[in-house]
Amino acid sequence: MATLVMSQAPVGGFSFENCKRNAVLEGEANKVGCSMPAARKTGTTICGVVFKDGVVLGADTRATEGMIVADKNCSKIHYISPNIYCCGAGTAADTEMTTQIISSNLELHALSTGRLPRVATANRMLKQMLFRYQGYIGAALVLGGVDCNGPHLYSIYPHGSTDKLPYVTMGSGSLAAMAVFEDRYKPDMEEDEAKQLVRDAIAAGIFNDLGSGSNIDLSVITKGKVDYIRPHDEANKKGVRTGDYKYKRGTTGVLTKLVTPLNLELVEETVHTMDTS
Amino acid sequence: MNNTTGLFCKSKLTPVCTGCVVMKTRPNRICNTVYRTESGRNGITMNTRGLRSQLKDSVPVAGLCPQGAYGVQDSLRSGFTSVKNELLPSHPLELSEKNFQPNQDKMNFSTLRNIQGLHAPLKLQMEYRAARQIQRLPFLQSSNLALDTLRGNDESIGFEDILNDPTQSEMMGEPHMMVEYKLGLL
Repeated sequence: MATLVMSQAPVGGFSFENCKRNAVLEGEANKVGCSMPAARKTGTTICGVVFKDGVVLGADTRATEGMIVADKNCSKIHYISPNIYCCGAGTAADTEMTTQIISSNLELHALSTGRLPRVATANRMLKQMLFRYQGYIGAALVLGGVDCNGPHLYSIYPHGSTDKLPYVTMGSGSLAAMAVFEDRYKPDMEEDEAKQLVRDAIAAGIFNDLGSGSNIDLSVITKGKVDYIRPHDEANKKGVRTGDYKYKRGTTGVLTKLVTPLNLELVEETVHTMDTS
Repeated sequence: MNNTTGLFCKSKLTPVCTGCVVMKTRPNRICNTVYRTESGRNGITMNTRGLRSQLKDSVPVAGLCPQGAYGVQDSLRSGFTSVKNELLPSHPLELSEKNFQPNQDKMNFSTLRNIQGLHAPLKLQMEYRAARQIQRLPFLQSSNLALDTLRGNDESIGFEDILNDPTQSEMMGEPHMMVEYKLGLL
């Protein structure tokens, strides 16, 4: 009789059991000519800018799976804490789970310290986690918020490097958005000016990059207030059909008409009660 | 390399000669040592090669030998046997993740040793050992509450809490076998 003896207790976290099998399968699939399914990415344009009283974060809303649009209206601005929000580009699942984990950790930390969390704390937590996984977690993030030291904006790359800057862009449309920023950014802008600038930068990404599209989401974070504007601008509305292909009654002439009534008798009637408790 | 079983070196620490700290990874293993050279006048200069050797030694190559259930080769999960399969990890992160906690602990204890002296990491390690002994029977999952509190894991969430939760594991060890294995009767 076979028995199962585990010499070590099972541990949580990532399990690398199937990696060898996957490598073999991928080799076999490539030999035949197929390819493995691609992860859903957010080929994206995300950006942020620091203005006089706070931070404006912007993102488009398209999620792609290879060459197909997987989600026409996905939300890329994630909540981290009441005063900190984070836009995510890269693999959609990675950005989602990473921001949720950091949000939970930051909440626990805030409960422990008793203070509003700082953007630098979130930045350090994200950076340490992403470096630990050496870039295998494909999450490129734009982190912005307002804390006791003022407004802060960070960009975080998948391998764990970070930059603290007054304006940042990430994603496949980052070059288009950065071009707009480089042209029109001024320090200490007003809120409306900053919102218009971010909107234009994201629009540049949407119209010039295949991986970005649909609407523009904005998030304006100031001291004590967060405006989550979704959607701020529907840059790509789905077209409305201009013509109608229905024909009027009487277009086709009727030659003959035959009506046959169907007589059905009730054979059996039963009632089944459903347990909805 | 010293082969001591105590937690501290028996040699006297004088300002001129070397002192040594023994960090134990597992019982009955050769201990790794950090050599520190002190000079009385200029302060402390540290030989950092010792730290690196500590990190390298904590990566066990033997842990990669594919051991499926029942002790035979698990072809479905780890592929066909080959020398390459047994020597190299299946994923670049596998080793670093397996040893992440021990490496963090080593780093922290070394730093503490250098800043605050020998007693600080010794006392902490004593507490960790005591907390680690509070367990249920070997085949049952224990909450490790004391150990988590000491480590600070009760105030943070990571992938080890979300993915592959050991309490939801589909495999359970056979109780008699596990207890005999733990007691060394097997």
